[in-house]
This record gives sequence, C-alpha cells and structure tokens, in this order.
Amino acid sequence: MQEFQEGDYVEVKTKKGVFRGVLLPKPKFSDDDIIVIKMDNGYNVGVVPEEIRLLRRAEKREARREIKVKFREGLPTVSIIGTGGTIASYVDYRTGAVHPALSAEDFLFTVPEIVEEANIRASVVFNILSEDMKPEHWITIARKIKDEAEKSDGIVVPHGTDTMSYTAAALSFMFEKLPLPVVLVGSQRSSDRPSSDAYLNLISAVKVAKTDLGEVVVVMHASSSDDRCAIHRGTRVRKMHTSRRDAFESVNSMPIGEVSDKVRFFREYRRRDDDLVLRDRLDEKVSLIYYYPGMPLEVMERMLEGMHGAVIMGTGLGHVASEFVPLLREKIRDGMVIGMTTQCIYGRVNLNVYSTGRELKHAGVIPLEDMLPEVAYVKLMWLLANYEPEDVTHLMRENLRGEIEKRRFLK
Amino acid sequence: MKCGLEIHQQLSTKKLFCDCDSRLSEEVKGTVTRILRPTQSEMGEIDRAAVEESIKKRRFVYEITDNSCLVELDEEPPHDLNREALEVAIQVALMLNAKIVDEIHVMRKIVIDGSNTSGFQRTALIAVDGYLETSFGKVRIPTICLEEEAARKIEERDNVVVYRLDRLGIPLIEISTAPDMENGAQVKEVAEKIGMILRATRKVRRGAGTIRQDINISTGQGRVEIKGASRLNMIPKWVDNEIQRQEMLKKIAEILRERKAEVPDDIYDLTDIFEGTKSRIIEKELKKGGRVLGIKLVGFRGVLKGGEFRLGRELADRVRVIGIKGLFHGDELPGYGIEEEVEEIKKRMDLREGDSFVIIAAQEDKARIALERVKERARMALVGVPDETRAPRDDGSSRYLRPLPGAARMYPETDIPPIRIDEEYIRRIAANLPKMPEERVKELVEMGISRQDAFQIVRDGMDDVFEEIVKRYGYPTIAARAIINGCDEVDYIRIFQMLHEGKFAKEAVDDIVLRACNGEPLEKIVESYASKVDVDAVIDGIVREKEDLIRERGEAAFKPLMGLVMKELRGKVDGRIVSEKLRKKIGELLSGA
Repeated sequence: MQEFQEGDYVEVKTKKGVFRGVLLPKPKFSDDDIIVIKMDNGYNVGVVPEEIRLLRRAEKREARREIKVKFREGLPTVSIIGTGGTIASYVDYRTGAVHPALSAEDFLFTVPEIVEEANIRASVVFNILSEDMKPEHWITIARKIKDEAEKSDGIVVPHGTDTMSYTAAALSFMFEKLPLPVVLVGSQRSSDRPSSDAYLNLISAVKVAKTDLGEVVVVMHASSSDDRCAIHRGTRVRKMHTSRRDAFESVNSMPIGEVSDKVRFFREYRRRDDDLVLRDRLDEKVSLIYYYPGMPLEVMERMLEGMHGAVIMGTGLGHVASEFVPLLREKIRDGMVIGMTTQCIYGRVNLNVYSTGRELKHAGVIPLEDMLPEVAYVKLMWLLANYEPEDVTHLMRENLRGEIEKRRFLK
Repeated sequence: MKCGLEIHQQLSTKKLFCDCDSRLSEEVKGTVTRILRPTQSEMGEIDRAAVEESIKKRRFVYEITDNSCLVELDEEPPHDLNREALEVAIQVALMLNAKIVDEIHVMRKIVIDGSNTSGFQRTALIAVDGYLETSFGKVRIPTICLEEEAARKIEERDNVVVYRLDRLGIPLIEISTAPDMENGAQVKEVAEKIGMILRATRKVRRGAGTIRQDINISTGQGRVEIKGASRLNMIPKWVDNEIQRQEMLKKIAEILRERKAEVPDDIYDLTDIFEGTKSRIIEKELKKGGRVLGIKLVGFRGVLKGGEFRLGRELADRVRVIGIKGLFHGDELPGYGIEEEVEEIKKRMDLREGDSFVIIAAQEDKARIALERVKERARMALVGVPDETRAPRDDGSSRYLRPLPGAARMYPETDIPPIRIDEEYIRRIAANLPKMPEERVKELVEMGISRQDAFQIVRDGMDDVFEEIVKRYGYPTIAARAIINGCDEVDYIRIFQMLHEGKFAKEAVDDIVLRACNGEPLEKIVESYASKVDVDAVIDGIVREKEDLIRERGEAAFKPLMGLVMKELRGKVDGRIVSEKLRKKIGELLSGA
C-alpha cells in the first residue's frame, strides 16, 4: 500500500461508498481501523477504508504571518512571561490541534490591541499544563520575573488556571519586596474561540501591570459577562468552579480592585517598593492532607512520614478524629510543624470551641486562622526553607502578605 | 434552471449537548452580556481597526431561561451528543437511503453574529449520498447533518443584540438536496415529502419556526438562496417569482451591455437644488441636517422602472438594509413631490438621453456609504444576477438580505470525542424504522377515509392520533374532518372519548374543535353542551304526555316516540344514548315501576 501523509487529498473507497477529502492526523481516541478526512464541504468524517487512492499530494503550508511590533515612545513596558495553559495557545484550523503561543507575536496575535496599552516584551519560560507544575517551576518563574523587572514596568504571567492560585501564593511569599506589579492571568475558554475570556483577561492584566501596585495578583473575569475583571490578592484567591469564567474568587475577603475600562482599587494594597527582594527557597517536605471520616491512622502516618511540616484540611472549625491526636502530638514533639485549616474553605479555624479542637491545640497543632489550605501549604514550604524552625510556628499565624485577615463579613 | 433545498427540522428530544428541554420559554431569569471576536486566522493579517470595530459595535445580551444551563451560556463544556437525537438523525438518513459514516466528528462552524454564545455552531455530518423518490424522478440528498439550533433573536438596538437561550442547542437535522428540481411545484413536492419523513419519526418539534426551508435557485448565472421559505403553499410562488427576477436581471444586463452603460464614480451634492422642496421625505432629512447626494447611471434609463424591468427596487433594497428609505431614481421622477428639481439634476450631472440617476437624502456620511452600495449593485447589473441571500415576502416576492456567505470555516470540536457507528447499531435502527408516509396513507385509507384526507393527516403527522381514535371509538370520517380542520393543541382523543360517552352529539364535534382551537378549555365547552338540554327531562315529559299511547301499543310505541324525542334533541345528544334511555323509560312505565 502506498504511503500517505497528513494533508494529502485522497479518494477513499469504503463499504458505504466513495469519500474524497484531505487526510487528517488520526485523533488519539479514534478506533484503529478508522481514517479521518476533511471533506470538500469542510466536515470531518471517520471512515473505514478498503482502498485509498492519492489524488493530490499535500501542499506546502504557508508560514504564519509575522507581525512587526514597533517600540512606541511614551508607553510603559510590560513583560509577558508565558508558562503554558489555555490562555497561551492557538488552534490550527486545518487539524484542530491546539498549539502553544511561543513568542511575543503569538500573544499579540491573540489580543492585538495590547500594543495600545504598553510596549510588550514577551518570553516563554516553559510550556506546561498547570496541573503538571511543581514547586521548582514556581522558582523558575520567580527568577524570570526578577530578571524582567530590571527591563520593564510591570509583569504579566499567563498561566493555566488549575493551579494558578498555588503559583500566585508562592510568588507572593517569595517576593518580600516588589518594585512592580506581578499579574497572573488565565482563561477558562481557549483563545481559539470567538467567545474566549482570554481577550478581556489579558488586556485587563496588562492594565493592572501599569499601576503602582507592588503585589502579586490574579486578574480574571468578575462575572459571567465580558465587562469587568476582578483583581484578586495572590494569597486570597482560589479557583471555585471547574468551568465558569468567574471561577476565581477572593475567599474570606474581597478583591482588591477591578478593571473595566480603567483600573479601580477598592481597598488598601501595597505600593511599588524601591527594591526587589526575592527569597526563592522552598522546602518541599510539606504535606497537604485532606482529612475524611474513616481515614485510617496509618494513612495519616504515611503522609507525615519524613516530612518537616504538614497542613491539614480538617472538618468544620478545624477537626480530625480524636484518635489522631496522640500521633500529631508525637510528630510535633519530634519537631514537625503542623497547621490546621478547614475543608469548609470559607470561615476561620477555631480550636477553642470543641474538646477535640482544644486537644489538638494542646498537642501543638497551629490553628491557621482564615488562611486557604493551599496558601498555608505554600507558606509553610517557604517559611521552613527561609526561617529558623522556632520562628516558623508563630510566623504561620502572622499575616505576612495579606493571607490572614482579622475580620470577615456577610458579603 | 436548477433548484435545491436545505431543510432544517428541530427535534423534540433533549438538547443536543446538554440535558435541557427543547422548547421555547417566556421565563427569563437573568441576562449576561458578552463580546465575540473574530479569531486569529479568520482575520488573515491583524487588522486592529477591524478588531476594535467588532468590539465596539457588537455587544450581545443573552437572556437566561428556565430551559438553559451553563452549557448554553458557554460556561461549561458540551456534554456528550444526545443519543436519542443521533438515532432520529440516523433513522431519517436511512429513510432517505443515505449512507451513514463510520465515525461521526462534531465540528465547530464559526458564526460570530452572536446567535451562538460560543461563537460557533456545533454540527456533525451523519450521512451522505441519499436520495428521495418523487413524481419526477430521484432527487439526490448529498448530506444529512445533525447540528445545534441558534439562540433566538429578541431585539436589535444600536450596538446591542438581545438573544434568548431557550432555543440554543435544540437539535436540528439538516437535509440538503442536490439542485435536482426545476420549478416551484417540484420544490414544494420535495419539501413536503421530506417533511413527512421527518414527522414520521415522531421526534420532531411542531409549530411555527420548528421546520425551516432554504431554497437555492440558479438560472445559470449567480446563485440565490431564499432563506426561511417555510410556508409550503407559497413555495411555488417564491420559486417562480425568483426565476422571473433572475430572467429580468439577465435581460437588463444584455441591454446595458449593448448600450455600453457604465457607473461613474462621482458623487454630486445636490442639496441646494432641494431648497424649499415639496417632497416630504427629503424635507424631513434636510431639516435634520442631512444632504441630498446623487450619482449618475450612464445608459440605465428605462431599466430601473419600466415595463417588466425593476432594477430600481434592487438598488433600494441594498440601502434599505442599512436603514435608508429616501432613495429615488430617474425612472420614477418626476413624482413623490420632486418636480422641477429633476431638470436641474439632469443639468448638474450633464445627463444625456438614455442616462439615469439615483439620489439619496440622508446624513452626509450615511448617504455616501449608501451611494457606494448603490454603485456596487448597479455595476453588478452590467454582469447579471449577483449571488445573494434573500428573505421571502408574504406576497410571493423576496427582498435582499445580504451577500451569499462564503464556505464556512470549520474545525473540530475537541471537547467531544468522535462517535463510532458500528454496523450492528445501524442494523438495529434499520429494523425498527417508522413506516414510510405512503404506506401510512394506505393504512389510513383502509380505515375508511378518502386518500386525500389520509394524505393530509399523514402530512400533518396526526396519523397516530387518528388511528387511536378510530380503533377505540370509531367515527373515521368525523375524526378525519376534525383533525384536518383543527389545530395541533386540541386533545382529539379526549373529544372522541366524550362523544363516545354521550356527552354530546357527533354533529357538535366540528364546533367543539373550533372552540378548542380558539383556546376555550375542553371541559367548559362540553359542559355548555350538556347543560343546554336535560335529556332525561325531555324524555320524561314526552313519555308522560304520551302515556296513553304507550299503554295502548306497548313496546311498539318506541318508534313514534323516538321520532318525537329526536325532534327536540337532534344534534345535541347522540341518538344511541337517547334510544337507550327512551327504551328504559318505556320499560319502566310498562312494568309499573
């Protein structure tokens, strides 16, 4: 049988009849006997071939059009640091394959009007799905931000949404001082769709990157409509929905501002500092443990094995079954730092109300106030790597980057 | 001369990619506002101005209804393709002798008019190479697709279009024929036959807007699509009028070429000529600060309006779609209060015998845009029939809507895995196909009605209802008449059940159906019949009156008495009931009860 390549125009004889079209790469999940062609009317169909005949060889593909980006006097410079994810991808309309945006031009291709807002420096540190990110990636991003900070007035980091809040928290702690805004941004609908949220999110992120903010924030849709983006503090934000545009929320808190045509801040925020201080060490020997009824003691034991610290997501006000108390007491006595957060996500932990709570507190478990579990996990990694052990315990309960608030409200 | 059809039929299953009901809704629970942008490769090179334009100009407001969820809002990925809808599509494909593809791939067809929240319509090719038998031979059916219905447009303001999500996602079967028809009657026959096959599945939605026909017509030059030609009886008129229109345009092109006609670029400002004009329309525009601009049409005299020629209407159509009504051309002037100005225009434009002109009164920028459109259309007239999408009018004519869209750009819907269609699945569906309409007509005729009535009932998809009535209660001719004259919303089975129970006489059925169609509740209508007469009282009265006769003649008195009773009750109560009651009453009297 003749060899065929993707893009060849072929005639396929099947039991059903004859089909003509462009041979397409086979989707991962099609059956083995199927080939997929794009018919002249634009539709793709899968057919079981009996015989394939070549009508025309694949045409050489035209290179994508290059865009020349001119430097514009008087506009601030914003660095875009690509890390992968939905927001930084574009589709090949012929095959439907989604490709990563790899250059400044690719981002401009998505949202050309950002050149009205700023001169753009774009780079890509890596291209991975956010679920594949590890603490080492957070460090890579942080170092790249430090480099770019010398050459620009604001940083935008397009990021996959799944773990964007972990990265935001990590960057928040690692940068003790920031001379410019660091804005993480993602999208819940890929930019190959006319309805993508990437446009509004990206342009809003660039606008925030031009302000006097000196913090790490996440900028995403504020509602299901394409009219406003919310500015969330990096230590307060959490993805609270699998698919909605407004999936990101400030938990136990309020967004610090919003972007429509202009940027508006609602509340206090840190201003740009004169210096940049980066403490980029992280201790990866920290567990994040979701307690559940029926959890065997050995499972908890195994998750704590060899760790320097752990953050537990307890029930309600911050509880685990009382039979776990002796184990936790022993680990803490041996030097482990163990903090308690709540799987309720909303509300403050309080270990004084019930007897189990009091026992946990007595055993040395730190009630972590209204901190998000994921933020507490990242904070503990950072503290353990950068501070003396005796300081870590009290610093976990101290508000360093807006991760703990004293007051909470009914909206 | 070639005509093709494209039929879109809504299905009554759940929606194609979520679990919402396929129906319209008046229950609006809130709105969201969205913007759609042309995607990168659609724009070719980056045209920033165009992008900004699209952002500024179009805002889409979507009304959320009780039958829409996050999927319609484009806030949740589509669920698996609805299998019941797929099965209906395969049934229809098999009834149209088409070949089902081995693996179905859902595609995204880019549509950025806002009618779809995602910016694309999901569509899948289900089958190819079918055909339909007709009185004039086989009509080929190259493709049968399953796709999602668009959102329902509610209103259009300056920069905002409001859509409702109730309709978005309803499954649609799209059937396209080859251009195998040659006149309106043939198009109607094909539309009717395909409609009957669709309804035979019993899984289609009924009522206004649930089936839509687009007709493609070409008389050898240019291609015109009449969109939404949904009234079957009007189809021949629409088709035949369109053929005439195209013939006219071809003749005009010939004349214009002969005359070496041309459309010069210059635009003349004629505002000063119209100072103190008697034309109301122009006066109104001038008051608002508008101007009167015009162009010269060299060699166009007589074809704009004269004899069978109506090119002027084509020109006016092109600017009507951008909201301009004040267009006048040389063949209709003097007139409309524009009198002495005409000579002045001719002088100003240096018109010669055989030349004509067009003037437009509007705000200057708008008038200029409009005249560019007029020039463009006038130049097309030199060639012949332009490719167009047109909308049908109730009087059998049609009006210009927009240029015919180019081939849609499609790319795969990566959120939905391909669906393998195995032979066994097709065999199972093929073994349980609904009966073809012709067969059904035959069966209904055997139940005792005319072929014509049977055809109409099958065409309307009411054959199951008819069959149930006849099998349970009889009355085939009355049932046929009721169904044919009635409307969809009426509960015919209940009416015939009540007839059977003697709640009213069969002569009342027509009236009851009519009143039910007008929205009166059935129970109330029937009550009004029952309360009109007290059957027992009438019988009682007559029996008492004729007591002597009964005693004298015994059972034999029934016949004359029946005549007397029916004189009073005919049309109000079923004779069978009356006779039963009368017999009983006579029996009671005789037995001394």
